[in-house]
Amino acid sequence: MAEFVLENLRRRFGDALQRVSDDHGDLTVWIGRDRVHEMLVHCKRDPELDFCFCMDVTAVDYLSLGGDPRFAVVYHLYSLKTGKRIRVKTGVPEDDPVVDTAVDVWKATDWFEREVYDMFGIRFEGHPNMKRILCHRDFQGHALRKDYPADLRWKLLRPDDLLDEISTEEMQRIRARVSHPISE
Amino acid sequence: MVFKDAALTPEELPKTTPVPDPHGGRLPTGVSLEPLGVHGELTSVARGTALEVERHIVEEEGLSVDPLSEDLMVVNIGPSHPAMHGTFRLKCWLDGETIVKAIPEIGYLHRCFEKMAELHPWQEIFPYTDRLNYMSSFLNNVGYAMAVEKLLGIEIPKRAQRIRVILGELSRIMDHFVCVGTNLVDLGALTNFWYLFRGREEIYSLMEHVSGARMMVAYGRIGGLMRDVHAGFEEEARALLKSLPRYIDDVDRLITDNRIFIDRARGVHAISPEDAIDWGWTGPCLRAAGVAYDVRKAHPYYDYDKFEWQVPVGTTGDVYDRYLVRMEEMRQSLSIVEQALDDLPDGPVNVDDWTIAPPPKDAVYNTIEGMVAHFKLTFEGVQVPAGEVYSYTEGGNGELGFYIVSEGAGLPYRIHCRAPCFAIYQNIGQSLEGCMLSDIVAIVGSLNVIAGELDR
Repeated sequence: MAEFVLENLRRRFGDALQRVSDDHGDLTVWIGRDRVHEMLVHCKRDPELDFCFCMDVTAVDYLSLGGDPRFAVVYHLYSLKTGKRIRVKTGVPEDDPVVDTAVDVWKATDWFEREVYDMFGIRFEGHPNMKRILCHRDFQGHALRKDYPADLRWKLLRPDDLLDEISTEEMQRIRARVSHPISE
Repeated sequence: MVFKDAALTPEELPKTTPVPDPHGGRLPTGVSLEPLGVHGELTSVARGTALEVERHIVEEEGLSVDPLSEDLMVVNIGPSHPAMHGTFRLKCWLDGETIVKAIPEIGYLHRCFEKMAELHPWQEIFPYTDRLNYMSSFLNNVGYAMAVEKLLGIEIPKRAQRIRVILGELSRIMDHFVCVGTNLVDLGALTNFWYLFRGREEIYSLMEHVSGARMMVAYGRIGGLMRDVHAGFEEEARALLKSLPRYIDDVDRLITDNRIFIDRARGVHAISPEDAIDWGWTGPCLRAAGVAYDVRKAHPYYDYDKFEWQVPVGTTGDVYDRYLVRMEEMRQSLSIVEQALDDLPDGPVNVDDWTIAPPPKDAVYNTIEGMVAHFKLTFEGVQVPAGEVYSYTEGGNGELGFYIVSEGAGLPYRIHCRAPCFAIYQNIGQSLEGCMLSDIVAIVGSLNVIAGELDR
């Protein structure tokens, strides 16, 4: 475990660190979801920590283990400079499953967060395209929740033209830019 | 004989039986019921602009109208297309041949590996991991086994480590063979495909001899391997070391200085190291961009730090550099295999713990302890202590991570696979804008996106 990482985080966040543990050499810190974005920004921008990689974002449903809050969103960060890894976890309650997005910190979290939304129904506030990614759009429920039966299936009844992924502004920008010989 | 020069009267017209309507009186979807108007007027649908025609069709299909299609051509590449190397869709809006907008859609091969993993004992997940990156299935076995072993806190015997390295590196070579070979065949260079796939076939023969299966080997086990390698393994592996460089050299001589390939690959889809890191790229694509991050060097496992080998890096991160990096990595892998073969110790290939690795069949059939251990392992599974771990290995496409949460039971509580493809492919929409349509096959091929791993 990297002592200096923990020291650094303690200096900055103090009592806001809810739980700290060392799991098989990797530091795990729990932080409230109101400050998780601040922590991720700190982890990336702080020159001592320099966690340039966001390797993974996922979630765990602690329903069967009686977890309170029910969900945890898990970030795995890696620093190329120091070679250290850290796991940041934040609890997310069932009745208000929302976390701030980290797309503004690492672009890599774009699809990772969409996958968490798809599989657990945890929405990421501020994500530009909070849409299912692996399951189709007629899918109901979230498959990796512990109370989702593994044999429940959903039919896809209509094709997806993906137009909902283009904003009106972008559409106007593209149309303005395109030269069209026939229309001239 | 009577000749008539006047027109036939209606009664005299030949009688024909009416042709049955194939649609049973109903018109197929998309065809308007309105008659073709008088005086040559077209129906309202056919008279309208292309956009109105599309609007008519999409209303029938329950789609929304695409205002961009008035000015731009829409091309759907995939989901099933030979150049997509798997099943995923890329919708492109083209201005001439230039891509103005591209949106990827994935999930066509989604089997919810992670949900399935929660329903199976720890040792029964290996066949599922084979199907993640099916081009190098043994590397997935190793990645998953390492994660569970990390949680169990065990170290596998030296011989098993060496065999994992040898077969893992051969799997990596197969992965790169397929990537380079198919990338080149997409660009019209068919010969290389045959050269490289012949080499791949030779590695498959070894895999088949070792594990019984060619592609989906399922040869890894928690605490070691399915069984020891066969008697002639070392000779077969050494024969591969002799034959494989020839295929790599053949392709090298054909392609590396090939004007056509350079024109199609150099400068295409270049990416800066900062961007590649920001997007979470790992593996050959990241190294092509000039970042020398390889899990085998940065966090050595199985004595990778004791072998002599180097991490090749590119400079621009374009399609050409990815090709060069993969070619060099294959040579480095061969060198690792040779060193591992030189230092292949004798001994067991499984840990000596009957609660983790199954007891030998001799003990199962002849001793009560062996039989009890065998039954308990089969029915209750490996008992993995509660905790969580993120384990990482270098897969064929980059950092292959397994995040595992255990509640201390025979079934995993949560398994998450960090698939390198998933991170690599996610910027395809943005990065394709401004590229040419014909570049797509070069780009997607060079990223080596494997749908099994992408969709899991």
